[in-house]
Amino acid sequence: MPDQLIFGMEVVLNGLMAGVLYALVALGFVLIYKASGIFNYAQGVMALFAAMTLVGMMEGRVPFSHLINAIFGTEIHHFGWHLPGLLAILLTMVIMVVLAWIVNQLIFRHLVNQEPIILFMATIGLAYFLEGFGDMMWGSDIKKLDVGLPQGINDWIDATTFEIMGYGFFIDNLDIVATGVAALLVIALVAFAQYSKQGRAMRAVADDHQAALSVGISLNFIWVMVWSLAGFVALVAGIMWGTKSGVQFSLSLIALKALPVLMLGGFTSIPGAIVGGLIIGVGEKLFEFAIGPMVGGATENWFAYVLALIFLVFRPQGLFGEKIIERV
Amino acid sequence: MLDASEGYTTEDGRKIGGVVMEMKNITLRFGGVVAIKDISFDIRQGEIRAIIGPNGAGKSSMLNVISGFYHPQEGEVWYQGARRPQMKPYEVARQGIARTFQNIALFEGMTVLDNVMTGRIRQMKAGLLSQAIWKGKAEREETLNREVVEKVIDFLEIQHIRKTPVGRLPYGLKKRVELARALAAEPSILLLDEPMAGMNVEEKEDMSRFILDVNDEFGTTIALIEHDMGVVMDLSDRVVVMDYGKKIGDGTPDEVRRNQDVIDAYLGVAHD
Repeated sequence: MPDQLIFGMEVVLNGLMAGVLYALVALGFVLIYKASGIFNYAQGVMALFAAMTLVGMMEGRVPFSHLINAIFGTEIHHFGWHLPGLLAILLTMVIMVVLAWIVNQLIFRHLVNQEPIILFMATIGLAYFLEGFGDMMWGSDIKKLDVGLPQGINDWIDATTFEIMGYGFFIDNLDIVATGVAALLVIALVAFAQYSKQGRAMRAVADDHQAALSVGISLNFIWVMVWSLAGFVALVAGIMWGTKSGVQFSLSLIALKALPVLMLGGFTSIPGAIVGGLIIGVGEKLFEFAIGPMVGGATENWFAYVLALIFLVFRPQGLFGEKIIERV
Repeated sequence: MLDASEGYTTEDGRKIGGVVMEMKNITLRFGGVVAIKDISFDIRQGEIRAIIGPNGAGKSSMLNVISGFYHPQEGEVWYQGARRPQMKPYEVARQGIARTFQNIALFEGMTVLDNVMTGRIRQMKAGLLSQAIWKGKAEREETLNREVVEKVIDFLEIQHIRKTPVGRLPYGLKKRVELARALAAEPSILLLDEPMAGMNVEEKEDMSRFILDVNDEFGTTIALIEHDMGVVMDLSDRVVVMDYGKKIGDGTPDEVRRNQDVIDAYLGVAHD
């Protein structure tokens, strides 16, 4: 087999893995958008916040320690314990649910029936608030996150491919785990939305508030549930990205990469978020591999956005989005 | 006159039971506008109760008070023998009061079947975990709920559109799907807000038949609003007539038809 082809295959594989991580972030957007029509700009920051909280929990950091130390002149930083990963994840999830409740109580229940752009602006505000709040709570240093996920090259794939083709593929164990987690997450979310009572209620609320009320659905309950779900997805994305590249501010910027994913997949489709993520992941890696050298590289920074732009022109609802039908 | 505690027997021989819901001196204001002024009436077990009146009489406001969308400034709502505290619409729905809307409120993106299934939310008790594992209680519940839903779908003759997204249906069918969703809740009171509005003659006849059949078959207590006098008179056992937020008549269709105030309200009266 020619080297170029083999190398290309490896690029595609790695692209798929990267795409899964994009899809994870995009999922959070789709969930909230489907259920409440809010485009949640804060999704990336929520992932960052979740990851920070998780690290803080695991390492036993004292929240707001900088603030406390500055005011009282103390020198406390750590409680002096270390929590196991799973327990810390559970506690973080509890905090994300509380956050969901607060967000709904303080912001979105007051903005019912407002224009989408107003809701969007509110989420921008939420993003900035949460970013600052997270820094104040846990400090803005780059944190290492290790909940015990396997990392580094997968030796088995490396050895097997070397045996077959004489060239060992470099596939990161973490990416494989992320793929499995994303697949599970999608199956669980689709099953939840389609078959559970709460999922049906969620779709009902997204469709018509008045009708939802009339069959006995509490809007506030559903909204808190949806924001909690988004918090959960943010936590999963935060764990994956945080483990991969450290918990730091740039984590919140991956949300921007989710935008082209959503434009491809459609804002209202959970499978769309996955397929969109994969296309972007593979597309940008392949493009960099094939065209990159000709234009001086660094195409990964813009490829996704250009692709999204092309989609907007030809298929504005995305690959899987609900068709835009206007009855006249 | 009717006896307060006992029921009565209708002309066609149906037994009507005791009082299920009683409105006592309801007054509803929006700022300076008085939408409902000191109105009292009751709804009895198994009857078809109509609220009629010209446009703007306050009929829909009254229905919204019953279903918890509006909260009256004065007066009491008594339901199943107890005074009902101020409730949110979804709480009222969970108490077994189902309703339809004048301008149809369906989940347009969902199929007919899913729409009707949402009507069962009140009866679904299984927790998220047992639903996820799909064992025992959750499974039995789902089966039972599906049975009820299929029965309702059958009854209202909408089997052929079970899997169709509601957004694609014509108006008349949407109205029927909305009725199906309300009925699926097995409500103790079914509130219909202008079920015949905007329909042609044939659709109106269909809808009238369904309303009568529902009442007959399931014994459902029905309160409906309509401004088409003809339809209402044939359909209902007792009628409340409203005009400008006040009650101007209450009784059987025949009594109401002879009521001078009602005639004035509908035909107009010369002011001198």
